[in-house]
Amino acid sequence: MPGASSVEIRKVNKHHGQFHALKDVDLDILPGKVTCLIGPSGSGKSTLLRCINFLDEYESGEIRIDGQLIGYQSPGGARMPGRTLREIRRSIGMVFQQFNLWPHMTALGNVTEGLIRVRGLPKTEAERRAREALEKVGLSDKMASHPSRLSGGQQQRVAIARTLAMEPRLMLFDEPTSALDPELVGEVLNVMKTLATEGMTMVVVTHEMGFAAHVADQVAFMEKGELVSVDVPDKILHNPQDSRIKAFLRTYHERNSF
Amino acid sequence: MFSVATFLSSFEPLFWAARFTLLISVLGIALGLVIAALVCAAALSRFAPFRWLAALWVSFLRGVPLLVQLLLFYYLLPVIGIDVPALVAAVVTVGICASAYISEIWRGAIMALPTGQVAAATAIGMAPRDIWTRIILPQAFKLSLPALVNELILLVKASSLVSVVGILELTRASQAQAATTFRPLEVYLAAACIYLLINLFLAALGRYLEHRLAV
Repeated sequence: MPGASSVEIRKVNKHHGQFHALKDVDLDILPGKVTCLIGPSGSGKSTLLRCINFLDEYESGEIRIDGQLIGYQSPGGARMPGRTLREIRRSIGMVFQQFNLWPHMTALGNVTEGLIRVRGLPKTEAERRAREALEKVGLSDKMASHPSRLSGGQQQRVAIARTLAMEPRLMLFDEPTSALDPELVGEVLNVMKTLATEGMTMVVVTHEMGFAAHVADQVAFMEKGELVSVDVPDKILHNPQDSRIKAFLRTYHERNSF
Repeated sequence: MFSVATFLSSFEPLFWAARFTLLISVLGIALGLVIAALVCAAALSRFAPFRWLAALWVSFLRGVPLLVQLLLFYYLLPVIGIDVPALVAAVVTVGICASAYISEIWRGAIMALPTGQVAAATAIGMAPRDIWTRIILPQAFKLSLPALVNELILLVKASSLVSVVGILELTRASQAQAATTFRPLEVYLAAACIYLLINLFLAALGRYLEHRLAV
């Protein structure tokens, strides 16, 4: 995919009140590759993901997208003006655990909204692109439906189409299948696999170890705000050296065996 | 004996007085909605003094009975050299009082929206103005409709209080009518019917709007 972004994360720190959510986190997100963030709940995976588009504000360290610092004018400096931040966010897609579709708009309306308001496209052009994006996620027949009429899996695919239509160079997924009934997980993962093979840079917070094993180019394991280890999936998931990863995978396997 | 003729003949003079009830309610509500939007914006502002002002506004106007507010306002204005007709004073007082309740209804509706709604809009790079007009307000308005209709109905009934500043609205006119005809039961029953009619209409309007905005 031309123009896929890279992200450099250096010594990033973040507190939620007294809680030290991210501790000196270093990570390289490689262009055109899939990075999965795994780890126990509360380990800081989602916070790290939300810092990449500055939805959560990190306090120190640097996050650079294609070399450009996000959130601050200079490392440790003043906040970036809102306009500049919005321009950077245009090329970063984000998909949420709870879909976060706008319930008062149709599926098509959800997708055209950003094209019209953010990209400034005329309505007809926005609708043409929105139809394309919805077709891509397999929802051509649901364009006029409101989110409340769609299944969870369909809603999440609309959410993916909403970000895809903006032509992002980087996509962030925050536990995209965690709120779905088990039988609906596959349809969302399939769309994500397609994006991965097309060379989209993706960062995926997930508990789907199968997806991490088969689709990720690298897997990062986090615990208690620290990035414990990052490596190819096989090393992390099948030959972990760190005892914390072993313990996490053990509980995972126990929970998923029957 | 209940006199059907008196009951029926009571409607005409009472309809006349009900025009004031409607006028005060409708204008009061309209004014209340406008002020409420400002108060609600102040209450949600990032600038703390605005929030304090909004809190002060709401707590005073909710804490003092409308009847007392009407009298206060009516007697205060001439003291500070403002001479307005009683009707204007009544509409302004009702509007100001309603603004306190309506602003809280809206604040509640806005706060009830899931945070993810704004997060999704922020993430695709929408500007704050668009997030408010396209994402937050349309949803919050729809959420607030049942409470808003409730408030409007309360206000129509509370408008009977403006009789204390000498306005002959529906309740005051019924009292006068009852006193002259010596037929209180027939007259008050007619007044009750008119109030009911107005409020059934408001409730129907609310349901219609809810239906229109339904997804």
